[in-house]
Amino acid sequence: VSEQVLVTLVLLALWLGALLQVTPIMAWVERRGSALIQDRPGPNRVGPWGLFQALADAAKFIFKESMIPAAADRPLYLLAPVLALVPALTTFVVIPLGPTVEIGGVPRTLVVSDAETGVLLLLALASLGVYSLVMAGYGSNSKWSLLGSVRASAQMISYELALTLAVVAVLLPAGSMRLSAVVEYQRAHVWNVLPQAIGFLVYLIAIFAETNRLPFDLSEAESELVAGYHTEYGGMRFALFFMGEYMSMATLSSLGATLYLGGWSLPGVDLTGLPWWGAAVVGLLTLAAKASLFMVFFVWVRWSFPRFRYDQLMRLGWKVLLPLALFNLLLVATLTVAGVLWATPPTLRPPSPRRWRRRRNRER
Amino acid sequence: MELAVFLLFAALTLGSATVVVLHRNPIYSVMSMVLTLVSLAVLFVLLGAPFIAALQVLLYTGAILVLFLFVIMLLNVQRESSAGWTNAGQVTGAALAALVFAGIVGWLSWGAYGGRAAPALSEEAVALRPLAELLFSVYLLPFEIIGLLLLVAVVAATVVARRPEPPLPGGEQVAAPEGEP
Repeated sequence: VSEQVLVTLVLLALWLGALLQVTPIMAWVERRGSALIQDRPGPNRVGPWGLFQALADAAKFIFKESMIPAAADRPLYLLAPVLALVPALTTFVVIPLGPTVEIGGVPRTLVVSDAETGVLLLLALASLGVYSLVMAGYGSNSKWSLLGSVRASAQMISYELALTLAVVAVLLPAGSMRLSAVVEYQRAHVWNVLPQAIGFLVYLIAIFAETNRLPFDLSEAESELVAGYHTEYGGMRFALFFMGEYMSMATLSSLGATLYLGGWSLPGVDLTGLPWWGAAVVGLLTLAAKASLFMVFFVWVRWSFPRFRYDQLMRLGWKVLLPLALFNLLLVATLTVAGVLWATPPTLRPPSPRRWRRRRNRER
Repeated sequence: MELAVFLLFAALTLGSATVVVLHRNPIYSVMSMVLTLVSLAVLFVLLGAPFIAALQVLLYTGAILVLFLFVIMLLNVQRESSAGWTNAGQVTGAALAALVFAGIVGWLSWGAYGGRAAPALSEEAVALRPLAELLFSVYLLPFEIIGLLLLVAVVAATVVARRPEPPLPGGEQVAAPEGEP
């Protein structure tokens, strides 16, 4: 049992170590990427290629005087930035980092928690992220903040539907909510990005809205709302929102890589020969490489597209993405039942009502 | 360990549920309700029903309570300013509600611990696959009826919320100048 606990702890340490690196690295990628796109040098004075700029920023955040607006609702104002990190630091637990291996004679999948509810748990925890924005907006007691957080909550619950429907379509052929099963399915057959190209597109667009990134950053639109829900925050409290945004991007990117791009696996690479910690490290690096494709795409899009108007955003979510996701779900369900997608039959064998009633009576 | 977790979250559930009722500021009431439902989800996990727990967090805290908050923030509901127990109707209503609640709890406890023990929740009732099998066989008709009912409710809400003259789509058309007959 203790060895199982050790595996869990090591996996947790690997994940947290990787996630905490995301923010400084992405801050650098974002600045240099925007500079590249806008044909200017970007920050290049602190360290080689400006790599240590993030450290200077961190020092500034920590030493900045901490101010609380006089009219703020103090408990909500102070709690909001902390809650911003909760979804970012909890959702990764169901994303696998490697194959199922034998540890102490017991099969163990290299994932922090191989819960049966799997991806549903991830979506549930991620849906709590909106409370941080709402508390920040209300607690700051400022019109800009309030408008920003009202926009954010409407936007997030609208796009969550399309996102969830796209994810459900991935689970159908795999026949399980466990992400390890989704990866095994892709290893055995084909990466989901090919048969589910429509679902992949919906997922890709929806995660921009879920993380409030441009072109969907209506909740912090600089030209209208100063900085939206975090207008009244400075120093380390602002840094927590900043970290939360980048870490949410990272976990949603990892989920996207797991659902559509084969997760920790690479075709032709077999990790079963390695010791479990080696497999986990290689798996993490592979997953990080795939997730960074999403991250670079985030930056690329941010500096290439103008911001949507609010009615355009809502129309895209409800009238385009939701029907597309429903169509994709119907298509994948049909293909799964038709046996085109190598689903593992029989997926569902309903008991006849009479048999169930008999069983229930016997138990009584 | 399990007992400690249960006690902690049971206390959190009860404490935050009390705050929901007693707090004067509706925003704080909703936030306490979020805490109540999340703590309740932990209790579901302890009972061996992680699926119900995930659904509880996803649907109630992730969607329904966000709408509560949304409405409160949009309508700008102010801190409740009632001076306390002055309204006779209020007192009667509260007493009745308390009586009904006590009756339900007493009845349930009697059923569970009084005469004979109620059967424990079986794996069949709470795990993912058996639940799905039940839902799509024995309870298929009620399931479909509920789906239809919700659809009707959505359509009705849309009709009620619709203004007589919808606003201009996307602002592409030119609005008629105001003040004209």
